[in-house]
Amino acid sequence: MQHIISLLMENESGALSRVAGLFSARGYNIESLTVAPTEDETLSRMTIVTSGSNEIIEQINKQLDKLIDVVKLIDITANGEHIERELMLIKVQADTSEKREEVKRQADIFKGRILDVTDTTYIIELTGEGSKLDGFIKAMDTKDILETVRSGATGITRGETCLKL
Amino acid sequence: MELSGDDIFTQFLKDEGVEYIFGYPGGAVLHIYDALFRQDAVKHILVRHEQGATHAADGYARSTGKPGVVLVTSGPGATNAVTGIATAYLDSIPLVVITGQVTSAFIGSDAFQEVDSVGITRPCVKHNFLVKDVKDLAVTLKKAFYVATTGRPGPVVVDIPKDITDPNIKIPYEYPASIELRSYKPVVEVQAPQIETAVDALLSAKRPMIYSGGGSVLSNASNELRTFTRQLGYPITQTLMGLGAYPDPDPLNVGMLGMHGTYEANMAMHDCDVLFAVGARFDDRVTGDLEQFCPNAKVIHIDIDPASISKNVHVDIPIIGDVKQVLVELSNAITASKREPDAKALKSWWKQIKEWSSKDCLRYDRNSALIKPQFVLEKLYEVTGGDAFVTSDVGQHQMFTAQFYKFDEPRRWINSGGLGTMGFGLPAAIGTQLGNPDATVACVTGEASIQMCIQELATAFQYSTPIKVINLNNRYMGMVRQWQEFFYESRYSQSYVEALPDFVKLAEAYGHVGMQIEKPEDVEGALKEAFAMKDRLVFMDFITDQKENVYPMIAAGKGHHEMHERELA
Ligand SMILES: Cc1ncc(C[n+]2csc(CCOP(=O)(O)OP(=O)(O)O)c2C)c(N)n1
Ligand SMILES: [Mg+2]
Repeated sequence: MQHIISLLMENESGALSRVAGLFSARGYNIESLTVAPTEDETLSRMTIVTSGSNEIIEQINKQLDKLIDVVKLIDITANGEHIERELMLIKVQADTSEKREEVKRQADIFKGRILDVTDTTYIIELTGEGSKLDGFIKAMDTKDILETVRSGATGITRGETCLKL
Repeated sequence: MELSGDDIFTQFLKDEGVEYIFGYPGGAVLHIYDALFRQDAVKHILVRHEQGATHAADGYARSTGKPGVVLVTSGPGATNAVTGIATAYLDSIPLVVITGQVTSAFIGSDAFQEVDSVGITRPCVKHNFLVKDVKDLAVTLKKAFYVATTGRPGPVVVDIPKDITDPNIKIPYEYPASIELRSYKPVVEVQAPQIETAVDALLSAKRPMIYSGGGSVLSNASNELRTFTRQLGYPITQTLMGLGAYPDPDPLNVGMLGMHGTYEANMAMHDCDVLFAVGARFDDRVTGDLEQFCPNAKVIHIDIDPASISKNVHVDIPIIGDVKQVLVELSNAITASKREPDAKALKSWWKQIKEWSSKDCLRYDRNSALIKPQFVLEKLYEVTGGDAFVTSDVGQHQMFTAQFYKFDEPRRWINSGGLGTMGFGLPAAIGTQLGNPDATVACVTGEASIQMCIQELATAFQYSTPIKVINLNNRYMGMVRQWQEFFYESRYSQSYVEALPDFVKLAEAYGHVGMQIEKPEDVEGALKEAFAMKDRLVFMDFITDQKENVYPMIAAGKGHHEMHERELA
């Protein structure tokens, strides 16, 4: 099953490679990994989307927690209610009026925003859960997709549970 | 006090109470070597290869319980140290390894003798650091010692660019006596409910088994383990890494378990109904086929490292904590419960175990005209009164030593269990002897292994470490040959050690005493003669039976009840 794991780590050089190295050395899946600074400049927050059996997910959590630079960690998926968001920018061929209309219509349905328009292309911005972004891609004609870029998922638990020091 | 980085380094080691530093100089650490020259608090041991430095520091650490400290230069110095770092990592041995690095401004430019030491060592260290500012030097070194020695111990690398130890830049120095890391909290509170659950499971057992590993040694829990085991009267088996924490011989000790463990230990593992694992990590050489591992057992596991719990084998009752502390709490809780083990069940369990023991699974041909390695080890045990520190290399001789030298104290048996590093034995013996100057130290090795760090004979001569090298010379990479005999229809591909040196002359060339022993009847006398030479390293080349195998053996991937046994005429 897919899990989103969030962690706070010391903002040290090499911290990212410790996490990436752990996943490759132990043969764990990484579906996506994002990292950015937090309001506390000594900490960065990383979100990892991974998948595996319950036993493997348990090991991943423990092994991550064991890294000396990891200050705190939460398995957002295992923690129940949470919000997951991913950003996608997608550039599609829109060189006929039918295509432009169709893209516009789909973007509306998926609550996307058109960020850029040229004679032949549209760039659409979409946020949501990964599955929604997948849905949008499916709704487009494959040969019209020129480029996609996705941020990887980030997530946050609902309510009072927080990942903070 | 205002000091430059090079002096901060040596002053820090002194303040930290470091006795020995095992190292080898080079460009990136020349400032440090100059500072070492100016002081005499920390003794530098000059090895002959950086791998030797790490193993020597490792032997020092294993035998004394104190961290081993290593100093090597950048580039090849650091890469040569990697094998020893990985060896310490797999056996959770506290080492602090200082690698010199090229000057900060050159990092990333493929400068002379530059390698990414932090990157190369990352997967085989507990943690590593790159020092970026001389102001961070003392604190970083303190962090390194703290991380290496607390929690589940392990090696820590500190990479120090040359400019950090520049003798011309002085800053205020104060010894950081203690340190805290918000991201690393090695002390854990033992959960009371877990203790209760474990006590209940232990006292409800009909066929209990205690399985103790290297964690019992690392946590200095030997006394607590003895008290606990005797309180219950349950059978105990120890891993290759755990030998000596519980004494051997002892009525409750059924011997080592695993691939070359005793028949009784492995059968008891297979049939037990409650498995009590203490500071052990369910390594594949111990468990064999996981599907068939302790099929009917409820598993209790004490470990300081949560990631060890349920990693390979599902654990029913995990107890995270320091082995020593948990054993005390368990012993107290057992006493407080006023319950007793099930005497009737235990009696028939012991009867079964005795039956398995009666197979005498370690028997070998005592009438052979050739020297049997087992015989040498039995005699070694007798001649040393069971009172030696014994290091080993890797191969059949290692397994024979584990089987035949009975360790009744922890930290006496020093071997590379996890990584299985040939070349470990001799330098580890040097470190062991330095850490225990009055002790008897033997290094059991094979003619292949010894050649992997043979150059350390020079180090041993320089520092007058009177080690006794027991070379079980079977002219084969015996362990490889055994696998080839069993699993490759005796096709001995590249496992014959040809063009062997004359070990007697070689030992003499290094300034030591060399002996060759060819007949069983000479074994005991030669050992006595060698051990009587209290201040000399004696290299004893025993010409042993070429085709002896280690039994019992569980082939990789087989269950505990599927042992190969020796067939004797
Ligand atoms: C550095 C290293 N290379 C290879 C091996 C694989 N290996 C394990 S045992 C062994 C043979 C050891 O031969 P020897 O030292 O003569 O010991 P014996 O088994 O004959 O007692 C080898 C090659 C190893 N463990 N370590
Ligand atoms: Mg050999």
